[in-house]
Amino acid sequence: MSILDSKIPEGPLADKWTKHKNDINLVNPANKRLIDVIIVGTGLAGGSAAATLAELGYNVKAFCFQDSPRRAHSIAAQGGINAAKNYQGDGDSTYRLFYDTVKGGDYRSREANVYRLAEVSTNIIDQCVAQGVPFAREYGGLLDNRSFGGVLVSRTFYAKGQTGQQLLLGAYAAMNRQIGRGKIKMYTRHEMLDVVIVDGKARGIIARNLVTGEIERHSAHAVVLGTGGYGNAFYLSTYAMGSNVTAAWKAHKRGAFFANPCYTQIHPTCIPVSGDHQSKLTLMSESLRNDGRIWVPKHKKDVDAIRNGSLKPTDLAEEDRDYYLERRYPAFGNLVPRDVASRAAKERCDAGYGVNQTGEAVYLDFASAIERYGKEQAYVKGLNVDDKVTVTKLGKEVVENKYGNLFQMYEKIVDQNPYETPMMIYPAVHYTMGGLWVDYNLMTTVPGLYAIGEANFSDHGANRLGASALMQGLADGYFVLPYTIGDYLAHDIRTGEIPTDTKEFDEAEQKVRGDIEKFINNEGSKSVDHFHKRLGKIMWNKCGMARNEKDLKEAITEIAALRDEFYRDVFVPGTEHEYNEELAKAGRVADFLELGELFAKDALEREESAGGHFRDEYQTEGGEAMRRKEFQYVSAWEYKGQPSEAAHHKESLEYDNIEVKERSYK
Amino acid sequence: MNLTLKIWRQKDANDKGKIVDYPVSGISPDMSFLEMLDVLNQELIEKGESPVAFDHDCREGICGTCSLYINGRAHGPQTKITACQLHMRSFKDGDTIYIEPWRAVAFPVVKDLIVDRTSFDRIQQAGGFISVNTSGNTQDANAIPIEKENADKAFDAATCIGCGACVASCKNSSAMLFVSAKVSQFALLPQGQVEATDRVLNMVKQMDDEGFGNCTNTGACEVECPKGISLENIARMNREYLSASLKG
Repeated sequence: MSILDSKIPEGPLADKWTKHKNDINLVNPANKRLIDVIIVGTGLAGGSAAATLAELGYNVKAFCFQDSPRRAHSIAAQGGINAAKNYQGDGDSTYRLFYDTVKGGDYRSREANVYRLAEVSTNIIDQCVAQGVPFAREYGGLLDNRSFGGVLVSRTFYAKGQTGQQLLLGAYAAMNRQIGRGKIKMYTRHEMLDVVIVDGKARGIIARNLVTGEIERHSAHAVVLGTGGYGNAFYLSTYAMGSNVTAAWKAHKRGAFFANPCYTQIHPTCIPVSGDHQSKLTLMSESLRNDGRIWVPKHKKDVDAIRNGSLKPTDLAEEDRDYYLERRYPAFGNLVPRDVASRAAKERCDAGYGVNQTGEAVYLDFASAIERYGKEQAYVKGLNVDDKVTVTKLGKEVVENKYGNLFQMYEKIVDQNPYETPMMIYPAVHYTMGGLWVDYNLMTTVPGLYAIGEANFSDHGANRLGASALMQGLADGYFVLPYTIGDYLAHDIRTGEIPTDTKEFDEAEQKVRGDIEKFINNEGSKSVDHFHKRLGKIMWNKCGMARNEKDLKEAITEIAALRDEFYRDVFVPGTEHEYNEELAKAGRVADFLELGELFAKDALEREESAGGHFRDEYQTEGGEAMRRKEFQYVSAWEYKGQPSEAAHHKESLEYDNIEVKERSYK
Repeated sequence: MNLTLKIWRQKDANDKGKIVDYPVSGISPDMSFLEMLDVLNQELIEKGESPVAFDHDCREGICGTCSLYINGRAHGPQTKITACQLHMRSFKDGDTIYIEPWRAVAFPVVKDLIVDRTSFDRIQQAGGFISVNTSGNTQDANAIPIEKENADKAFDAATCIGCGACVASCKNSSAMLFVSAKVSQFALLPQGQVEATDRVLNMVKQMDDEGFGNCTNTGACEVECPKGISLENIARMNREYLSASLKG
């Protein structure tokens, strides 16, 4: 039997969460005051958890590496948040959201977790509106919805292209209320560098004050990681520059299993890479696929003409365009899930139809939407629907109202006006479905150590649907963890404050200091970025949108060699007693260099294609992902000193409430 | 492109600080301003010198971390963008570019171009929230219809990224645009009415305690705000403040 106990409650799917809440231990309000909880990361998951636990009465210490909790990268989420409210009356329900999410994840997520997520999704919207989050509304004053990839209903709530910002500011405001009451002690510009285990339980962390360089000990009765994903292993991604795997990786090295590291989301609509100087990639929200149509030219001669500038895309006749998503997937069209859309773009570009100089771009075109909306407005206003100038003007206004900030963002970066010429887009690393293994209570394999939001693995399987990350982050932080953590903390009401002058804290602090000194004293010659960029190239070329045995084996060898070279030859300027960004980056890249190898190892082990994990060897004749029944499990890796020696554990996935079938969007 | 950079270097909060000249070459017009600084920093690191410390994170104009005063303007010569969205095509070959941190008593310099903006957080902690429990057991979201116009205005105010450009641009180092954006967001929504009186009084008091200056209606903040937060918000906050003061 597997040593992984997912602790999924007994009983019918729809009753599990309610029953579980009724069964688990509670901590009485007076005793909560005796219990400390550390939360690392203040994005949607960490921020909402910190606010809620503080409100319940626990003493919370929250940590973020940014200068304010409001700057966590959840802020950059654009398109929206799903909830099974069925306000549109289009047939949505908890079951449908559950079904879409499991199917969207290519049948590689846990039924019970996903059902709970769908169940609490509606509370999130109620909660956020009560907090004053300004969601988009219709003229009747009620909330508006739009549609996202991989679904046939409109269940996505949004605040223009800044939904993540508005939700995070809601959680930040809830945190501020508790900071003002003294229930949260906030540590900004602090980075967690190790988790401290006492008697087998997570009892604290070692953190570095990024301004002064001081190494600090912090103790608590439980530690919660809401530290996001590890997409920056690819160097270029839509993540923030500071996003990193360090907290999760240190937890892994202290005994937390790492699940499905190879499940990465490569988002189809990002601004293409423009040159070697590039430091990050910018996403164009999936919501754009509600109205934008994706295409490349049908004929190579037109591709050449577009590339050398002799033909404008707007001048290419309709019949000479290949709207390849509409062609291949008539039922879902431009709104297929992200993994499918990304692979389809790669397929066209690999075949030589890419429309920019590098051959890695496709068009996202709003001309039809502008015309359609313009005509609608012309009718409403009683104007001439055949007057092209008027129709275009009115249509542009509608599109601007819906996506204005995204269009502006595009224009600032690319220096082209997307109202006049189609956007150019290409897939980029965007999200990681893999993460620390957690049970139904969101606890890792280390007692008292929890992982929430993107940092855990549990809800999205092998592919995440659009507008589901915000949902999961807030569900975990506001509505799941605050219940489940009580079950564990109920045993700690008599423990008293955890001392930090113990040998466990000594050992962890010594290790952290040792690692830092090694970097500062290393007589290397190359910058941290030099190694990070090289790691990114290996990851993108060999562990990217399509993977195969040969590439993955090479990646494993190359990453291990690069890691050796990094420790030998990295140069970190300055000292450890000051603000030193290079030093912080060195620690993060060191962890990416270990994670990257485990990532490739996991991808090699998974001899099937599922969601974002596509193995060339396992595809259907039509080029679609081919799942294999014998891989219907979660891979959870146990640290054994080196990534290459990680021990493989399996959690079998059972589907009792949903029929596992070919994931078709045709 | 070849450029001369004149950058503020200051070792820490206690250091006096000075402008140091750095030539950079081979800059592509497609680089973002921060990527140009990355190039400089890589060169400095290779020479064994200390790289220029500057704040940055999302590099897509939404986190509000970047905070550069470029040629005398917050976030540089373009309007309605942050420094990370500024591209080198806005400059010419041979240009000299001054890069300084935000200057305000309430934003002390941490190092080089990095300032401490936790005063903004403390203002929000004083009242920038609606006191509802995060239980999810509130009323149904659609039980509170909100006129679209007000919802849209509340949203516009709520898009403030808290970067501090308004303070840096103001000759008085006033934080009125920042504070009024949050006060307005809640003033425009029915959910915000219950605590409206205390909110505006507490937030304004905290703003004053932090050492931000007064507003003299110059309007520089609105011009330099990367998110186009409108001066109307300041007018709205003044009305809120007046009526709250009368209520006591």
